[in-house]
Amino acid sequence: MAEYRLETPIPEEDARKLRVGDVVYLSGTIVTARDAAHRRVLEVLNKGEKLPIDLKGLAIYHCGPVIKKVGEEWQIFGGGPTTSTRMEIFEAEFIQKTGIRAVIGKGGMGDKTAEAMKRFGAFYATFPGGASALAIKAVRRVKEVFWLDLGIPEAMWVLEVENFGPLLVAIDSCGDNLHKKVSLKASEKLNSILKEI
Amino acid sequence: MSSVKLLEEGLFQLVKKTSVKLPDDVLTALRRAFETEESDLAKSQLEALLKDAELALKENLPICQDTGTPTFFVEIGENFPVRNLRPIFEEVIRKATQEIPLRPNAVNPFTGKNSGDNVGRFVPIIHYEIVPGDELTVKFMPKGGGSANTSRLYMISPGLGIRGVKEVVLRAVFEAGAKPCPPIIVGVGIGGAEDFAMVLAKKALFRRLDERNPDEKIAKLEEELFSALNSLGIGPMGVGGKITVLGVSIEWAHRHPASLPVGVCTMCWASRRGIAKFKRDGSYQILMP
Repeated sequence: MAEYRLETPIPEEDARKLRVGDVVYLSGTIVTARDAAHRRVLEVLNKGEKLPIDLKGLAIYHCGPVIKKVGEEWQIFGGGPTTSTRMEIFEAEFIQKTGIRAVIGKGGMGDKTAEAMKRFGAFYATFPGGASALAIKAVRRVKEVFWLDLGIPEAMWVLEVENFGPLLVAIDSCGDNLHKKVSLKASEKLNSILKEI
Repeated sequence: MSSVKLLEEGLFQLVKKTSVKLPDDVLTALRRAFETEESDLAKSQLEALLKDAELALKENLPICQDTGTPTFFVEIGENFPVRNLRPIFEEVIRKATQEIPLRPNAVNPFTGKNSGDNVGRFVPIIHYEIVPGDELTVKFMPKGGGSANTSRLYMISPGLGIRGVKEVVLRAVFEAGAKPCPPIIVGVGIGGAEDFAMVLAKKALFRRLDERNPDEKIAKLEEELFSALNSLGIGPMGVGGKITVLGVSIEWAHRHPASLPVGVCTMCWASRRGIAKFKRDGSYQILMP
């Protein structure tokens, strides 16, 4: 298990060298996107229109921050990850169409995402869920926001981060999937417990 | 200060304290989990959670960015002067959203529009109960969406008995996996009906982790489920490990002869709960049970 410091835009070879269990500290630009933003990104791209920000090589972050305008500036008060599983229905197409190299979240993702990561050279990494005050230590600045009409948690917040981590690689570009492995083992265990109770 | 002002002030303090401070029994359980885990991976997750709780308290920040659906359980003493409490709760939640701040989490299911202030149709959610005495007790639980999504109601055949109850609790936690931010706390409501089993399950989460159900048989069931759930091996944040749950609390009610409702309410590690007690003159006390 290795430790890496990566910067955005992340080159494909950097994304491809990571393996499940590696730890990443990420610097540069990350963009928050949850359910509603994923849906809109795909709607915009499928209509042949342009996104307000070019996501190629960047990292998207499954996160709905606590954010408030203080004077003229947006200030962040909390920003841990949200459950990634909800975005499974969008993520493969999202990776293919935007060219992102990293997805950051928590709770794990499924086979379709893992397959897309293998095909297009991207990785999924987790930050400890709920560790909201800790996560924002890495945020240098809230650069801008798009689609605020979706509401604060669902808008696309563009964050400048420095050494955001430790991010645990949970799906790599070989398609290896940490949470799936743990779940398979738990499933065997469940079946044996159910025989005993 | 008028009693309404005192009530507003007390409720605001309740919301604030609950959002930034993790109860001490939960902290203790997380520290113990850190000691128990053997892998560096599981330990690293717990270490981050402990650091987060410490940081949130020190810097007066919400423990988790998901500051939850504001939910109150209100027990009105029969001799407490009652008024319409909803406008007071709404005002407190608006102020808390702006000042703490909290994340606005009230979304219209049809339009997708976020109200922006955590106030909406039936939100904050308020459960009322009239109890003996002359105090007003307000219990607050800001529970996040991740752990709400993995909560389950099962209506099992009464013929399956308590074995059936155990099975569905195990299935619920297995299926929840990493999603509700383990190590989680599991509230179980047995009996009642399809609505009340869930209320019981959620109320069970107000119990301290170091307290068991006063009924010895039920306490034993809690302990049995606790060790069975931990043997699933899901571990902190689902990376694998010995600690998947920090506690199991069961509450129960009589059931219909044809039904055996089982509510399973999963709660993330950031198990925030607080209680405010008001006297008739408006003076109050905030407890972190």
